[in-house]
Amino acid sequence: MARKISLFIPCFVDQLQPQVAVDTVKVLRRIGCEVDFPADQTCCGQPAFNTGFWDEARPCAERFLRVFKDAEVIVCPSGSCATMVRVFYPELLASGTAHDEAAALGKRTFELSEFLVKVMGLTDVGATFQHTVTYHASCHGLRELKLRNEPLQLLRGVKGLKLVDMLRLEECCGFGGTFATKFESISVAMGESKCDSVAVTGAEYVTAIDPSCLMHVQGILGRRKDRAKAIHLASILASG
Amino acid sequence: MSTMSNNPTPAGETPSALTAAQKFLRDAATKSADLVHREIIRKNMDSYDAAHNRGRARIKDWEAARRKCQEIKREAINNLDKYLLQFEQKVLERGGHVFWAANGDEACAYIKDLAIGRGVKTVVKSKSMVTEEMHLAPVLEAAGMRVWETDLGEFIVQLRNEAPYHIVTPAMHLDRNQIRDLFREKLGEDIPDADPQKLVALARRKLREAFFAAEMGISGANFLVADAGVVAITTNEGNGRLSTSLPRIHVAVTGIEKVIPRLEDLGTLWPVLATSGTGQPITTYSTLVGGPKRADEADGPEEFHVVLLDNGRSGLLANAEEREVLHCIRCGACLNICPVYRNIGGHTYNTTYPGPIGSVLTPHLRGSEFQHLSYASSLCGACTSVCPVNINLHHHLLHNRRDFTKAGGAKTGGERTQFKLWRTAMLHPRLYALGGWMMRHSLRLVYGMGLAGTALDPMRAWSRKRRPVTLPAQSFRARWKKELSKSDQGRSAGGSK
Ligand code: SF4
Repeated sequence: MARKISLFIPCFVDQLQPQVAVDTVKVLRRIGCEVDFPADQTCCGQPAFNTGFWDEARPCAERFLRVFKDAEVIVCPSGSCATMVRVFYPELLASGTAHDEAAALGKRTFELSEFLVKVMGLTDVGATFQHTVTYHASCHGLRELKLRNEPLQLLRGVKGLKLVDMLRLEECCGFGGTFATKFESISVAMGESKCDSVAVTGAEYVTAIDPSCLMHVQGILGRRKDRAKAIHLASILASG
Repeated sequence: MSTMSNNPTPAGETPSALTAAQKFLRDAATKSADLVHREIIRKNMDSYDAAHNRGRARIKDWEAARRKCQEIKREAINNLDKYLLQFEQKVLERGGHVFWAANGDEACAYIKDLAIGRGVKTVVKSKSMVTEEMHLAPVLEAAGMRVWETDLGEFIVQLRNEAPYHIVTPAMHLDRNQIRDLFREKLGEDIPDADPQKLVALARRKLREAFFAAEMGISGANFLVADAGVVAITTNEGNGRLSTSLPRIHVAVTGIEKVIPRLEDLGTLWPVLATSGTGQPITTYSTLVGGPKRADEADGPEEFHVVLLDNGRSGLLANAEEREVLHCIRCGACLNICPVYRNIGGHTYNTTYPGPIGSVLTPHLRGSEFQHLSYASSLCGACTSVCPVNINLHHHLLHNRRDFTKAGGAKTGGERTQFKLWRTAMLHPRLYALGGWMMRHSLRLVYGMGLAGTALDPMRAWSRKRRPVTLPAQSFRARWKKELSKSDQGRSAGGSK
């Protein structure tokens, strides 16, 4: 069943990790979806929202509702930004009609793995990736969107991929938005704990559904010159 | 119990010179870089995790149990006035006394005056975080009394002149060798092999003397049962029972939020508390106390007092959005799972209640000076996922942040300006794209010159301890426009490589 997808690409993916978005397009087109990128989108407002500046975040949310008003299905390669729309927009826009609009839009917004497995019913998207991979469960995807198995199901469907389990896989990597710079030492310590868990697996890659976690984890893996590299799930699914 | 490096107080400390937030940042940096501490806490928490998982698996429907506990606490908190009065009535009928304290000072004064009036020289205390909150022990000591903490962990941190590291396991950060050294120094007895059994036996011997000498026993309360008018106390060491029955006077001190409607509610709350606290099916000693010794009874105190502490709680009660924070049963599960707590440890918070619940609660109880704790979280939500009364802890952190910035909290000025500028950019896609382009290209320049992480790097808070991001030449939107938008629609993208 082909679907018309409106891509929601988080601002930092757009600016800093465009390949994740390119790979998302590739995967969606490979399974037969029609993909559009509403060019007027910017940021969902999460940085301001999480820092407590709800009045600054609100116009971003309202703007998002306008930009994606006609979208049939919205797909986003980030559990965290999808959470912002589905879980937090209704609270941010609590009063007035925007609330109902936000709630309805949230129901049409999906994180990529969620869309593939739950909406499209796919666990094999035709990818090949000849490497050992370990999976980190990003917090927002796991606890707000309740995506525990979907990414793992997709990874198991990749040809050649050897999946190795990570200890404390549900422990936060320490990114946390502005937390990462405001509380640098805590964030880095948490990241190091996560990278220790990755190292123990001996995997070549650590993957997740959140580009922000991966950016942070890669920063620490890189500094420590660890063997493993961070890679977004979309990039694995786009391989082969 | 396990090991830790050293006493957390850094040398040359001048606490008054630093704000609570600055001190927190400093201590967090020290502690989170302390690999010995990291390893010990990780080991302890791994064994807690295993016990906690086993414990939860024993309960047929854990989620249903959590919802039940949440309902009980919600009913209690939403009818707090009614249930507290019902509790008081029962206690008075049995000849006990109830004192309502608006704040810690009032509560301390009541207990101090009572102790002085009755000629008390020795006080034994069983574990109570509320007495920590109101700093009771120093008040009694200043009045010339000897105060003994009788919970083993509390006894140990008291000897070290430290605050509890954890609300359930106060000495979690110490290993037996450190405890042996401490006992040798403070109790004058050496146990060279640091055998835990022998260490416990030594503490027990000392504490027994205190129990027999004490004229006053002070306990906390896990719950106040309204319909039965009793205080419910659980301990694993039996010290709660001794503190409440041996001395002539028993004073139970607790927060007003501890009341529950019915005795039968303990059937749910006690096992859930034990499971969340330690993974036990039920705590070893469960005690109910409701008044002084009756004429026909051989044991028990001659006087029974309950001190009900408000200390900011009714302010939370008045706040409908945050009220559920009062549901907390102080099980400690949110501390144990918290990756921030695991890395910075209990003392860094510098609050009575550390960890997620402390970060949510303290800004309400002690004001905006502690608001940095609302921000010291990655918002991962692990706390919320384990809380046995379903408090949405990490969402409350978000609410704290919102209320803080709304009230124009200190030092939000610079950030506010930043976010105003940011908003302008985000509302104008061209401005956003231009800003992004400038950021990427200026950073490329800085990084190209090898200046990542230096004072010239605007992203140094990110790149000092992380390898900087590899900056792409083009944004996704640029690539979309150039290569992707016009390519195939609705068919295989295999061609695009
Ligand atoms: S907030 Fe919940 S998990 Fe944390 S101590 Fe209280 S009851 Fe336990």
